[in-house]
Amino acid sequence: MLAEVQTDWWDSFVRALLLRDANTLWVVAGVLGLGIASGAVGSFLVLRRRALTADAVSHATLPGIAVAFMVMLGAGFSGKSLPGLLLGAFLAGLLSMVVLVLIRRTTHLKDDAAIGITLSVFFGVGICLLSFVQQLPTGNAAGLETFIFGKAATMLAADARMIGIASLVVVVMVVLFFKELGAICFDEGWAAARGWPVLALDFLLTGLVVLVTVLAIQSVGLVLAIALLIIPASTALLWSHRLPVVVLLSALLGGFGAWFGAMLSASIPRMPTGPVIVLACAVLFIASLVFGRRGIVQRWLSRRSLARRVDRQHLLRACWEIMEQDDVASVPLDRLIEWRSWSRRRVGVCLRRCTGRGLLELREGGAVRLTEAGRLRAGRIVRNHRLWEAYLIRHADIAPSHVDRDADAIEHVLDADLISSLEAVLGATAGSVPPSPHVMGGEGRP
Amino acid sequence: MNWQLYDTWLVITGALCAMACALPGAQLVLRRRSMMGEAITHAVLPGVVIAFLITSIRDPLVMLLGAVVIGVLTTVLVDFVQRSGRTEIGASMGIVFTTLFALGLVLIRAFADDVVIDPHVVIYGSIELSYLDQTSLFGWSVPRGAVVNGGALLINGLVFLVFHKELKLTAFDESLAAAMGFRPRLVQGILMAMTAATAVAAFETVGSLLVVAMFIVPGATAWMMTDRYGPMLVWTLVLAAATALLGHVAALVVPGWFGFEGMSTAGSMAVMSGVLFAAAWAFSPRHGLIARAVGRRQLSLRIAKEDVLGLLYRHEEGARSGDRPLTAGDLREALSVSRSIAVAALRGVRSAGQVTIESNRLQLTEQGRVAARSLVRTHRLWERFLWERLGLRPDHIHGTADRLEHFTSPAMIEELSAHDEGEDPHGRPIPPAED
Repeated sequence: MLAEVQTDWWDSFVRALLLRDANTLWVVAGVLGLGIASGAVGSFLVLRRRALTADAVSHATLPGIAVAFMVMLGAGFSGKSLPGLLLGAFLAGLLSMVVLVLIRRTTHLKDDAAIGITLSVFFGVGICLLSFVQQLPTGNAAGLETFIFGKAATMLAADARMIGIASLVVVVMVVLFFKELGAICFDEGWAAARGWPVLALDFLLTGLVVLVTVLAIQSVGLVLAIALLIIPASTALLWSHRLPVVVLLSALLGGFGAWFGAMLSASIPRMPTGPVIVLACAVLFIASLVFGRRGIVQRWLSRRSLARRVDRQHLLRACWEIMEQDDVASVPLDRLIEWRSWSRRRVGVCLRRCTGRGLLELREGGAVRLTEAGRLRAGRIVRNHRLWEAYLIRHADIAPSHVDRDADAIEHVLDADLISSLEAVLGATAGSVPPSPHVMGGEGRP
Repeated sequence: MNWQLYDTWLVITGALCAMACALPGAQLVLRRRSMMGEAITHAVLPGVVIAFLITSIRDPLVMLLGAVVIGVLTTVLVDFVQRSGRTEIGASMGIVFTTLFALGLVLIRAFADDVVIDPHVVIYGSIELSYLDQTSLFGWSVPRGAVVNGGALLINGLVFLVFHKELKLTAFDESLAAAMGFRPRLVQGILMAMTAATAVAAFETVGSLLVVAMFIVPGATAWMMTDRYGPMLVWTLVLAAATALLGHVAALVVPGWFGFEGMSTAGSMAVMSGVLFAAAWAFSPRHGLIARAVGRRQLSLRIAKEDVLGLLYRHEEGARSGDRPLTAGDLREALSVSRSIAVAALRGVRSAGQVTIESNRLQLTEQGRVAARSLVRTHRLWERFLWERLGLRPDHIHGTADRLEHFTSPAMIEELSAHDEGEDPHGRPIPPAED
């Protein structure tokens, strides 16, 4: 029984996937185009930190749809023509943006309240108008509710074609005004100083956002339309910070999420399109949040590798300092532990990593010796450390007993340029390791 | 309009619901976190569904628990996405709430047959039917919706009373609150849990989509009316109750105008909250558009009147015998303000007995001359000060002094008089002070 059901939806999934019938082909193309367009526009919206304004726009389309329906019906048309409904939605979306800007400009309320008020009041008007529409004698107005949660399956080939073409227009606009849109996202002042019409560009971006939102309400629904704008863009930002890459990636992710979600909901019974598309995008986001180039794992790895490098360098420096202080050729392990005041385990782990890299070698009786490579590396670190100490003492007027800690942190990140300027300032000779300016030693450490 | 007991209970239920939501909502508005209300109200949907699926009983307490958990979880998730993804707060809210809401919808659809949750009710609310669902309270039979929302209001009110100081301080100055040993993040967590629980209580009344209006709009409207915390909360509650009353009345009356039978009360409540906001936006005595426009006009009128006096005084001062006296037309030209303000200014100085007009010739009265002299004195004292003390060039100071002369308090004139050397930098006499 269960297997039967499974093969059933698998069949329809494969059929949808292989685009066996013409209507599906168009619907898929339309949804794919929509995903690409919203991904591209969304990346500018997110970079401009206006993500939630799209939420106000999408909720505000509802009264526009209802009014358009009634107007078209009154004019003697069927009332369900998608282009007409979307035109109404577009105008209402623009109106909501005007109201939003007016509230922001003429009151002391902030963006969040302005968005919340616009969103909920427009939506309330829409719900009221919908209850009128449902009482109309023509009756078959129930279809309007699909705009709230979206239903790609109800799309006709002609509608899908229109959505696809409009999406194409959006994408072309983004490509044409790529540089300008990027400029107002990153540095509005700079764009204005260059003589670009910032206000007009802002209006263009707003117009594109409204357009994409309006196109999305058919398949994703107006409550979730904002997801198609925000989630792919935020996902792309987890992989790159270069604008062309972000926009391209966001468009691809949006396209994929929309296509995959539409496909899944077409083949599984009782799967609403909009939510499934959103969940598909969300899965990609979560995966990127964890594994992306700027994701959690990557950042954890790079933090760990830095921490290990710092430990390694500390250990090498400790070896050098002990050899210098005690005038010995190899360092007993206990002396090392005492010097750094690390746990035995931490020293052991770090030792193993250093021997693995051929920087240290273990001698009998638990002693450690620097190899040739290790000696070179340790000398350089000790030198960096002491140059910085000398600099602090001489030029920052810090007492010699207080410089060790500071140099301890900075020695790992001093690059060659900085070292050579330190040498120039301090008049140090290249290559030689200067003596320590303060008392040394594990116990006697300051 | 045919008002019945049913309508009264409907308004009471709606008002309790709106007031319960508006209290935490006002805090959200103050904290510039209004959209957290939108996020949480959407995000609790899967919480409610999951809690229900697990226990498969429609126990309100279980649903409430599920909502509170997911409300707090939403806050945590938004925070987490914002930090670990370096995402902007708006975007991370958008990601979290759309995802959770989508999850809730999928769960509802997937299990709709096995579950008694009516998606339509959760999303649109059913305040119209709330009267039918009666329960008994202290032996009285009252609608369950009124009890649920009333309970939410009671609890929220208590929390606001008990934690008044904490809520107020953390809303206005988080770092000060932290420095004083309060815990802003804990307070915020409580607020978010409260928002989530209230949202669930309100679901069956106004639905999960319109409840945002109940949260945000009354608080924002109250903020248009007052800048003080206590009065703002009172305004919020009053406005929320008014929203419910007006909403229901509109739902009864308005459809008739267009020949319809009725309309969604919850939608109508949202619209009415918007109408109240628009009214406050226009008419608020403090921040309203009209009040501000009137204030601006009064200011420019006062400045224009003072400028009229100043112009006449200077003309009188420099006039040689045989010079033509100034006419109203000359003044309008010299004032460079809009015609209506110029006319009003002339009328004003005339009715105050400072200027007489005879056959279109303007003349200062004695009373007008006194006022004008003090104004010109202020102007020239400023010029002297700007030139002597601030080292500005004499040909650059007239404009500045022209603006400052209208905003100089007696105490400042006193101070400026210390530089009274009898002449301004252009060599004109500084009129002596009156005594």
